[in-house]
Amino acid sequence: MSTGSQKTLYNPPVLEFKSSTFSVPVLVVSSNDLTIIDEQLQAKIQLAPEFFKSSPLVLDLQELNKQNVEFDIAQLIELIREAGLLPVGVRGGNGQQNQQVLALGIPVYSITSSAVSAGNQKQKPINIQTVAEANKDAADSDAQASLKTMLVTQPVRSGQRLYASGDLVILAQVSAGAEIMAEGNIHVYSALRGRALAGVRGNAEARIFCSDLQAELVSIAGTYKISEDLSAVVRGKPVQVYLQNDNLIIKDIL
Amino acid sequence: MARIIVVTSGKGGVGKTTTSAAIAMGLAKKGHRTAVIDFDVGLRNLDLIMGCERRVVYDFINVINGEATLNQALIRDKNCNLLYILPASQTRDKDALTQEGVGKILEDLSKDFKYIVCDSPAGIERGAHLAMYFADDALVVTNPEVSSVRDSDRMLGILSSKSRRAERNQEPIKEYLLLSRYSPERVKLGEMLSVDDVQEILSLHLLGVIPESKSVLNASNAGVPVILDEKSDAGQAYQDIVARYLGEDRPHRFIDDKKGFFGKLFSRSH
Repeated sequence: MSTGSQKTLYNPPVLEFKSSTFSVPVLVVSSNDLTIIDEQLQAKIQLAPEFFKSSPLVLDLQELNKQNVEFDIAQLIELIREAGLLPVGVRGGNGQQNQQVLALGIPVYSITSSAVSAGNQKQKPINIQTVAEANKDAADSDAQASLKTMLVTQPVRSGQRLYASGDLVILAQVSAGAEIMAEGNIHVYSALRGRALAGVRGNAEARIFCSDLQAELVSIAGTYKISEDLSAVVRGKPVQVYLQNDNLIIKDIL
Repeated sequence: MARIIVVTSGKGGVGKTTTSAAIAMGLAKKGHRTAVIDFDVGLRNLDLIMGCERRVVYDFINVINGEATLNQALIRDKNCNLLYILPASQTRDKDALTQEGVGKILEDLSKDFKYIVCDSPAGIERGAHLAMYFADDALVVTNPEVSSVRDSDRMLGILSSKSRRAERNQEPIKEYLLLSRYSPERVKLGEMLSVDDVQEILSLHLLGVIPESKSVLNASNAGVPVILDEKSDAGQAYQDIVARYLGEDRPHRFIDDKKGFFGKLFSRSH
């Protein structure tokens, strides 16, 4: 500890501002009925409690404001916090709402800037920079965590759930009734019979690879197909699943 | 230290109690001191299958509650003096089982016995959970049909995540598959899953196949474990299973259809 250091002119810099992009779920609210919002929010959270637990969230008020209805933004934020989510921003609010939100210590984002960052052209270079940064600075634990791969060698049985904050690699079968989720890619080097969800925090670049597709459901960044929708051409084959122009593509691994 | 074996399945009616009785008897007949415990509190059956229902004085719950000693509750089998049965209570329910109580009984039994067979109730609730919690080995009894296979798969997940071995990060429970009520004729007709089908879904070490057999029902009615019926196919299947469990290498039987008269003629002419 260097408290009380006498050097005032040549202290080495202890701060550095960096730029980084994060993928954060956006909650679009289209009703001012807090009871209904609470009900539906709880139902959603029940589907994937690990995913939503202490998850950051941006609140989108654009739809709600189109309806010109009265509502209390503070109460809405309180409700979201009580559900275990952490609002880190609001967008699409009007001037008065933005003031209220800022008073609560929550930043206001503009709708337009997010539209720009959603464009692929703009996002790619930033992603590369994040990876480069992570390589450069191995001690940057945040970036490390996002690159961490979870390796599973035992079968994932019916009723079991796995969640990987990076990639998920499974060397055994995933049974029907099991659920595997990853923020990154999913690889299953055996039969995939359960539910597989890749890019669960919105990473549309994530893919699912498996050597025998018999899944109940496959999903990339929220876009999914259920077993019934899988064509006979890909069933039981080694395939990859990815998103292309918001369409879920299931194709042989060549 | 004793080896604790749980006989489990998830689904009901697949042959857990029949298997527990047969395996326990088989191990005892091979000269190992064996105890078999009925965990199905409230729906006790093991004493009937073992033919000792008229000699039940104290039960598992009495011992847990300290109302009787283990020696008072254990019933010596009339066919084999190395085999003891700890019956379940019929008047209580599974909430009467406590983890500490079960742990203490298993620990005490471990000093005296080589093998402890735990007959699990169906389901995945308290009784089934406590039956498997302390296990070293698990015999997963499965019928060749989809719902039974699915429930077994669920049970395997619980074995690998909720057992004492899993919680303590020890070597995982050894899991074995027992396929019961198997009928090669019905497999051939496509009415039943084959051994390969089940193996593909569960990918588990197959300890043996028990054929669908009248001798099982007869043995249950008579209160004699089916393994003692040495002439029956099911009895022989259980003998193979015990031998394999003890490390003997025996080829699998009862998987293929017995060739009928015409089948033999046909294969000879080629």
